[in-house]
Amino acid sequence: MTAMHYIRCLEGIVVRECRRFLNQRSRFIAALVRPLVWLFIFAAGFRMVLGVSIIPPYETYVLYEVYITPGLIAMIQLFNGMQSSLSMVYDREMGSMKTLLVSPLPRWYLLTCKLLAGVAVSILQVYVFLAIAAFWDIQAPPRGYLALLPALALSGLMMGALGMLLSSAIKQLENFAGVMNFVIFPMFFASSALYPLWRVKESSLLLYYVCAYNPFTHAVEVIRFALYGHLNGLSLLYVAAALVVFLGLAIYGYDPARGLIQRKGRTDA
Amino acid sequence: MSDREAIDPGPPTYPEPTVPALAVEGLSHRYGATPALVDVAFAIQPSEFAVLLGPNGAGKTTLFSLITRLYNNLSGSIRIFGLEVRRWPSQALARIGVVFQQPAIDLDLTVAQNLRYHASLHGMGRDAARKRMTAELGRLGMVERAGEKVRQLSGGQRRRVEIARALMHQPRLLLLDEPTVGLDIAARQGIIDHVRRLCAEQDMAVLWATHLIDEVGPGDRVVVLHEGRVQAFGGVDDVVRGAGAGGLGEAYATLTRKDRE
Repeated sequence: MTAMHYIRCLEGIVVRECRRFLNQRSRFIAALVRPLVWLFIFAAGFRMVLGVSIIPPYETYVLYEVYITPGLIAMIQLFNGMQSSLSMVYDREMGSMKTLLVSPLPRWYLLTCKLLAGVAVSILQVYVFLAIAAFWDIQAPPRGYLALLPALALSGLMMGALGMLLSSAIKQLENFAGVMNFVIFPMFFASSALYPLWRVKESSLLLYYVCAYNPFTHAVEVIRFALYGHLNGLSLLYVAAALVVFLGLAIYGYDPARGLIQRKGRTDA
Repeated sequence: MSDREAIDPGPPTYPEPTVPALAVEGLSHRYGATPALVDVAFAIQPSEFAVLLGPNGAGKTTLFSLITRLYNNLSGSIRIFGLEVRRWPSQALARIGVVFQQPAIDLDLTVAQNLRYHASLHGMGRDAARKRMTAELGRLGMVERAGEKVRQLSGGQRRRVEIARALMHQPRLLLLDEPTVGLDIAARQGIIDHVRRLCAEQDMAVLWATHLIDEVGPGDRVVVLHEGRVQAFGGVDDVVRGAGAGGLGEAYATLTRKDRE
């Protein structure tokens, strides 16, 4: 097997995922409307309630809308990661996951390609969101938009890997609603997406620690710093470590020898 | 890259003509404590049409999942043209085309996009994929429908496209798991005739799983599977004679009786 085989395979999987996403117009719109509702309604309402002091990477007082934008970017990726995993559960029920898994390249590679395809879709969503937000005067320095790209790739991979891990463990589609409630909402709210951690610390030390160890917090911070052309090294490492752990477990979950897919085999037997 | 093989065959030498297309030996598998397959053994020669016959729950899908390495067999061996699946998964899988029981095709993508996706999974280049696609769709008389979404096709046509897709990388062994489920009688017969023709023309071995004895042809090899065990294996006549029956229907009924040991 040559490198060319690997590249063609990656290209094929990414193209398919993007086509599917663009075909599902409702999914595209939903993916955009969700963060925009938060931005235009929630943030506008809370602007007066929550004051944000000057904390890095901001060099001046910022509006609440500006503060939560990185959190909303991370939310887009979180939803997208979960949605790709939903599509993997769906694919598995519909059999197209089998088509992927019985192709000759190694399984870890196929899963990584699938992950990268999901990340590509999420990056597309984020930039469309930022373009709309720019009209609302939420603008970052030009180099920030550029620096954001690698940050999005990393955070998208981490959340996609988490979704893939969950998809290997979820038996059926019906269980997915529970995952939305037990994964997406706690991860989002117990993070620095909506309020700075020093504020959380004031009200509850325990909650502060939960937030501080939540990988989603670090994804938000990597994105926040990148958007202003800065690097948050600690968060970057934390996200990278979480990616390695989640991806490793997901590949283990789909491993033909030990994996969880085996138990599910029974249901389609 | 040769036109025949999308994936480099790897260390083992190119299979000799005498090597079986598929050889299963001492294969057992269980889910938890429930045995799904018990000491299964049979072999299919190149360009042979073999029917895996068994009632629902006999273990046919499990067997397919093990051959295609969706999961690993717990004991025994599976060889595709002499290549042990667990040891050489990539090389073995490159030689197999699979059509699963449940349709596994993107309804919102076009026929061509579906076929191209499959080609890319097998590492085929654009030109090779186009050539193969024209050939396979031409065989179905569907070249001009390549740009249509799969959703617009009938059930029988979708199945044919799935078979065409499984043949994109020119496998030498084609596995079909109850491919006629959900089709009307005419479409069913059409698919059977189509695959039989392919088997004869393409010099390709076929393993066709079904629970319907009328899908068995007179010259076929038959593997009767029941409750995870091979109850009979051989030509149609051998199986009928072995069961002491007057016809295949009777033999099948005898071999798959519930109280049978």
